[in-house]
Amino acid sequence: QDCTFFTRKEILRLHGRYHEMAPNVVPMDYTKDPDVKLPMQLIINMPELKENPFKERIVESFSEDGEGSLSFNDFVDMFSVLSEMAPRELKAIYAFKIYDFNTDNFICKSDLEQTLNKLTREELTAEEITLVCEKVIEEADMDGDGKLGFSDFENMISKAPDFLSTFHIRI
Amino acid sequence: KDNEEEESKEEESCSHQNRPSRRKNHQRENSSGEKAGVEGNRQRERGKKAPTKDQKESENKEKKTNKKGKDEENKQKTDRKNSSSSASSTSSDEESLSEEELAMLMEQVEQKKKLISTMRNKPWRMVKKLSVLREAQAFVEKFEGALGKGKGKKLYAYKMMMAKKWVKFKRDFDNFKTQCIPWEMKIKEVESHFGSSVASYFIFLRWMYGVNLVLFGLIFGLVIIPEVLMGMPYGSMPRKTVPRAEQATAMDFSVLWDFEGYIKYSALFYGYYNNQRTIGWLKYRLPMAYFMVGISVFGYSLMVVIRSMARNANESTADGDDKNFIFSWKMFTSWDYLIGNPETADNKFASITTSFKESIVDEQESNKDENIHLRRFLRVLANVLIICCLCGSGYLIYFVVKRSQTFSKMQNVGWYERNEVEIVMSLLGMFCPPLFETIAALENYHPRIGLKWQLGRIFALFLGNLYTFLLALMDDVNEKLAEEDLVKNITHWALLSYHNSSVENGSAATSPPLDPADVPRGPCWETTVGIEFVRLTVSDILVTYITILVGDFIRACFVRFVNYCWCWDLEAGFPSYAEFDISGNVLGLVFNQGMIWMGSFYAPGLVGINVLRLLTSMYFQCWAVMSSNVPHERVFKASKSNNFYMGLLLLILFLSLLPVAYTIMSLPPSFDCGPFSGKKRMYDVIQETIELDFPLFVAKIFSYVANPGLIIPAILLMVLAIYYLNAVAEAYQRANAELKKKMQMQREEEKNKRNNKASTNPMLQDLEDLFTPSTKRESAPKQAEDKKVESPNRTIPVEKQGKAAALDGSPMMGGRGAAFTPPPHVFMTQPPMLGIRMPYPGQLRPRGHLPGPVPGWGRGQ
Repeated sequence: QDCTFFTRKEILRLHGRYHEMAPNVVPMDYTKDPDVKLPMQLIINMPELKENPFKERIVESFSEDGEGSLSFNDFVDMFSVLSEMAPRELKAIYAFKIYDFNTDNFICKSDLEQTLNKLTREELTAEEITLVCEKVIEEADMDGDGKLGFSDFENMISKAPDFLSTFHIRI
Repeated sequence: KDNEEEESKEEESCSHQNRPSRRKNHQRENSSGEKAGVEGNRQRERGKKAPTKDQKESENKEKKTNKKGKDEENKQKTDRKNSSSSASSTSSDEESLSEEELAMLMEQVEQKKKLISTMRNKPWRMVKKLSVLREAQAFVEKFEGALGKGKGKKLYAYKMMMAKKWVKFKRDFDNFKTQCIPWEMKIKEVESHFGSSVASYFIFLRWMYGVNLVLFGLIFGLVIIPEVLMGMPYGSMPRKTVPRAEQATAMDFSVLWDFEGYIKYSALFYGYYNNQRTIGWLKYRLPMAYFMVGISVFGYSLMVVIRSMARNANESTADGDDKNFIFSWKMFTSWDYLIGNPETADNKFASITTSFKESIVDEQESNKDENIHLRRFLRVLANVLIICCLCGSGYLIYFVVKRSQTFSKMQNVGWYERNEVEIVMSLLGMFCPPLFETIAALENYHPRIGLKWQLGRIFALFLGNLYTFLLALMDDVNEKLAEEDLVKNITHWALLSYHNSSVENGSAATSPPLDPADVPRGPCWETTVGIEFVRLTVSDILVTYITILVGDFIRACFVRFVNYCWCWDLEAGFPSYAEFDISGNVLGLVFNQGMIWMGSFYAPGLVGINVLRLLTSMYFQCWAVMSSNVPHERVFKASKSNNFYMGLLLLILFLSLLPVAYTIMSLPPSFDCGPFSGKKRMYDVIQETIELDFPLFVAKIFSYVANPGLIIPAILLMVLAIYYLNAVAEAYQRANAELKKKMQMQREEEKNKRNNKASTNPMLQDLEDLFTPSTKRESAPKQAEDKKVESPNRTIPVEKQGKAAALDGSPMMGGRGAAFTPPPHVFMTQPPMLGIRMPYPGQLRPRGHLPGPVPGWGRGQ
């Protein structure tokens, strides 16, 4: 409870959900600290994540190995960060990780293009995409290195009115 | 089933694994690539704000281990394992600690505690969090006891224990509280289907339900229950008895449905309450309680509304007014992570795409106004039409209320005549908003602005209707008051004649042997007002439910099933499915609440009805939304409008406070019904209580406080305070704007600088490289400050050139021979600029002979 924003009941419920996804792999008994991980494929099929265009990225950012398989700890961590009570700074850090597709600690043009394609299901033309990406970089890039570092991102997101209300998943 | 225990054990074991190899663990973390990346990233981000906790912690650890060596750590381990020996070991520890160490330890413990409480805010992996948490907890547990010394030790330990218990209790209480929040899953389901905006309506509804529940508890617990339990029973006195003439039909459903008959003479309405000062063996002062509850209903509502408004305002401090990040925000915050339904997701994708396209178009061609005159004309026309509608609806209501007064005097009126007012008001509420929407199409506003206008107009309509209704009601009340005088005289006369006769007969009967049902009685305007409000509320409930049933459910069924045999596609074409009308529903809720606030003083049972209404509408609307509505095509944002709705609620609350306050302060209560009967004004009850129940000096203090000489200065003081706070807020705002501007400038300049650096002037760059050391030597801190405040504008390098010119050959530059190659270039290429930018090149030269250039030169421009 100290490590997450959840109460006991919610953690238990989360465990229930985790168990539900693979009843024969995940034990109910966690006393022996079993080293169980669920693959990404199972987790992104949760109804909470299913429709999310960034589901793979979300799961990858929270998995310990970066491959997308989550242990129960990571699983709880994920929903804790995405819960309503998590502060803006924490959410911003993980949002940055999620949108950083190639994990180079910068959101560069290719990341932006991928984000945009996922958001619009590739319905924009190539010129429009480049225009939007250029615009985004022009708006948010403070240090002028042509890509968004975390400080750029945080500065931008801290002013966004909708970030807190949209970047959360109720479980 | 003890899952939690298991979990905690799991955590425990996890930490056990980690603890022995703590330092190794650290190293491992650092070595493992990604983690190091995260760590480094985080440190970079937070490095400026505060020395990172983690660093500090590791430093502490280092210190500790250095000081006490490895055995200390072993001891710690053994401590955990066999707690029996821990006491002795810690005590020996304590003896060996000096004061200084104690202080340090104290600090460390505090740090650890802080770490524990902020653990959840750290962007670490769960495993790391758990291990660090365990460590910190163990540390705190171990050294907490050692901190107290001498006789204070026990107290300290006790305090710590209590603190621990308190934390545990708080946690349990939190757990309990989250369990108590109703409809979490229901709302989540709606949310995943319709996005956060529709869900915000249901959250608002739930909040409203909570507020009403509290109001209901207040009224029910302090007014209705005492009166029913301890007051005079039904039938014991005229005001609690159905009059003889009505008794035959008093139980008929049609009569009850109009809230006449037995319901009218029940505890639901004002008239039932007795004016006895104290009731029952508790000496419960019911009239006083009635008055105070009436006031506290408003007080509580005001407090709750304002508090939640303030909280909302606090949350949305980052007001996204500036237009800097249109595209970035669209990119990173437009996806609603709550969506979990394919259809909604499709809509969301579509709406995001269109919004991107819209803003691209906006960006490409900023504005293209074709015919501004026509548009202006249309807008004026639309407003005129709408004002006509508003006036018309107001007049209609006034007319209907007037007519209903004549109806109420006649006998044998039909159902329609009796309910005409409610029907007309509901119909207006149903048909006017769509009419407004049609008219608003003329105006061709941007949809978001259009929505605001629409909301404002509907609000004006409702408000106008409500107030016309109130005015008409007030007429009614005045009529009733006149009538009452008449009845009063009659009863007075009857009593008098009876007394006369009894005096003649020589008997000393104190009360006339009249059956309570036969006593002539006044019209009791308070109950009439209460009944009007209850009727209005009930008819509103019915109309809302029937609209949902017909407009949404039947329509959905029709579209769904007739579609198989129809000539066009019903689902995609004309009728299609209904969307959930958020703004209309919220406004309806807000107005309903206004009615409740207004009516609850004269009809204490009204809040109970409202609680039922909210409860049913939660289930009913949830069902209706899920079964027969489709997600919005254009998804509105929920976050911004939240406080807008709260503002409406506050306005309504204030407006509904006015008439109630007016009636309390300036109308005389009925003489034969209600808790205040026999008094000149309702608020006399307070004076009475103070005079009779409190000691004399309280009455004196009260009279002083109520003195206008004190009230006026108090009001003045408040006005001044408001003025002052307002001024301060304005100043802050201005400072805010200034800072924003500054940031913007800085940003642009930095960009410019970079552009220049990157592309055009490699030579300038050289120059800068060359002369920065010298400036540094002159006044490094000041220069740095200048850069921050003024932001390095284009003039600086030029000035530096100037300095270069001035200082050329001065002993200062002697050491940097290697950098001396470019200056000749400068003199060749840049003289004109030099001349322009440096107004007094001549002056600079003499100064060059000074030990160093005047530091002020950098800022001179």
